[in-house]
Amino acid sequence: MVLGVAACFGYFWSSNRLLDTIYPGTGANVAANLTKANAIRPWLFLGPAIIILGIYLVYPVVNSIVLSFHGPNGEHWVGGYNYNWLIHDAAFRESVRNNILWLIVVPTAATFFGLIAATLTDRIGWGNIAKSLIFMPMAISFVGASVIWKFIYDYRPAGSGQIGLLNAIVTSFGGEPQAWLTIPLWNNFFLMVVLIWIQTGFAMVILSAALRGIPEETIEAAIIDGASPFQIFYKIKVPQIWSTIAVVWTTITILVLKVFDIVIAMTNGQWGTQVLANYMFDWMFRGLDFGRASTIALVIMIMVVPIMIWNVREARKGTR
Amino acid sequence: MSTAVGTRPALTWAVHLAVLLLVAVWTIPTFGILVSSFRDRDQLVVSGWWTALTSAERNIVARSAPPEEAVEENGQWVLRGNVFAEGSGSISAFGTSIQRPREFEPGATAEMRGGGTMTVEENGDYVISYPEQPEGGRGQRLFVTSLEAPKFTAENYERVLFSEGIGQSFINTLTVTIPATVIPILIAAYAAYALSWMQFPGRALLLATIVGLIVVPLQMALIPLLRLYNDIGVGKSFIGIWLAHTGFGLPLAVYLLRNYIAGLPREIIESARVDGASDFEIFRKIVLPLSFPALASFAIFQFLWVWNDLLIATVFLGNNEEQLVLTGRLRELLGSRGGDWEILTASAFVAIVVPIVVFFALQRYLVRGLLSGSVKGG
Repeated sequence: MVLGVAACFGYFWSSNRLLDTIYPGTGANVAANLTKANAIRPWLFLGPAIIILGIYLVYPVVNSIVLSFHGPNGEHWVGGYNYNWLIHDAAFRESVRNNILWLIVVPTAATFFGLIAATLTDRIGWGNIAKSLIFMPMAISFVGASVIWKFIYDYRPAGSGQIGLLNAIVTSFGGEPQAWLTIPLWNNFFLMVVLIWIQTGFAMVILSAALRGIPEETIEAAIIDGASPFQIFYKIKVPQIWSTIAVVWTTITILVLKVFDIVIAMTNGQWGTQVLANYMFDWMFRGLDFGRASTIALVIMIMVVPIMIWNVREARKGTR
Repeated sequence: MSTAVGTRPALTWAVHLAVLLLVAVWTIPTFGILVSSFRDRDQLVVSGWWTALTSAERNIVARSAPPEEAVEENGQWVLRGNVFAEGSGSISAFGTSIQRPREFEPGATAEMRGGGTMTVEENGDYVISYPEQPEGGRGQRLFVTSLEAPKFTAENYERVLFSEGIGQSFINTLTVTIPATVIPILIAAYAAYALSWMQFPGRALLLATIVGLIVVPLQMALIPLLRLYNDIGVGKSFIGIWLAHTGFGLPLAVYLLRNYIAGLPREIIESARVDGASDFEIFRKIVLPLSFPALASFAIFQFLWVWNDLLIATVFLGNNEEQLVLTGRLRELLGSRGGDWEILTASAFVAIVVPIVVFFALQRYLVRGLLSGSVKGG
């Protein structure tokens, strides 16, 4: 552990030292030395980052594309076979359907609750404590959250004492206990609740900052004009923080596309809850078919590309 | 802001109530796990954690003393004893068959199927009387519902930490997390400095690439890297996973830190340069200390992210005792001990306690980092 960290420190220190020794900042040709050193030094600083990014992000993208045209071990060229298989695969269609559900429901719900929480907590004295508590699930791992919520969805046959909170509530109102995670289609929503629960705090924090950034004057003007609090909220505040809402939305969307922990921990894709990320994992480890798994990964990648382009554009706008 | 309007008290109340409701929904799930993890295993399986402070009802099947101990009293053969052979409790109901354990109130006299009667008192004392001398080697079965005082125990934690391997996983997680937090920050900070304050060709392109890489899904990288690791012989090792976390966290780190470092006042850096400081010195002595808030906020992020990661650890680390991390262990327990909530709740709590402590202690920095990263001209 210590070694790993020390190696990293060591690189930066010694490489700069080396450069200074080769092109010393003193002596006969100072100017020439400094120019050369200054031309090289940025690459010393950037070197590790570029190498690591190249190996861990750029190379995989290229390699995945290549692999998606190959067989299980990445050896035989199979052309478009994997793609053809994917289109006709029922589990893939189920994953796509579920992913689309996730993409619609989770970012919407998390942003919506985040906006409500941000608006409400800004108006009361103990708002900061409330915020911390709503924000807290952000610190909990998806697997930890899965345990927490699986406990809430726990099912015992009718007649025995329910230890899952949800069934306890249902039975106390005279309902029948349900095995929530096995109800087709609906179980997807029970899984989404977990991610919404985690992400609402994130949306709340960012939206709350944006709300505070709204100039007082616009709100005061609206009040003088006799706007009700709800009108102020929908017609004045929300439009002004629209770009922030978009940022929150896309951030959560990216997360949703990649999320697999919750599904793997709670249902493992059974009972019609498969999603792309988990399905890819399935083919990678259980199916041991790197070709098909790469193809599925590429589908996820393609879904991200529009967001990627948008991000780059926004960032360039910011730096100019 | 609320002072500006003549706020209506009814509305204020509604706001308080709504926030209270939100907070309740967002905290109760975690709270339930915390309470459950301290409960006695036998009580946990029969009653919800929200009843933890009230006495728990539990169905017990006890066996009376063997028939040969029956004594003759007034023409009846009588067996006496207590259903709580050791310990104590209080009986709320009893019955003669397993289907109806709550048929009789304590103190009532019940007819048994084979003839004879039985009575169970509230304190557990039972009297069974048979019309004739009973035969057979084993005692009568007694189905009783007992009320037990709430029991809280740290035993669950002892169990998961020392015999379910959570303790070892905790150490493994630390081994993964610490270097995987420090290394990317260091690398990202240097890169961010170069991107902000050094002149070289291709800077804008490099930055755009890095921004684009922020959203590349991890799933893309798994298979190519797994093959690469196997080819160069890194296999499943801690070094492999440190570098993997570094790689996946790096684009965001560089981007966030660049935004911050580029915003530092130009005069400070220029004057240091005039004084003859090299870039290396400027970075170490000026930029690094000044960017502490940004570094801290990214450090917390990366820490939480690595600590909570399941995917990368599953792919790049082995399943053995020396390498399994907390999230992996938890997932395994969910599969193999799905119904043993005393194990699961305690394990889950061990896994989430460190990030939650870090989170509450350093929340200010975390929020600041979130804001500098996500809100651009919002």
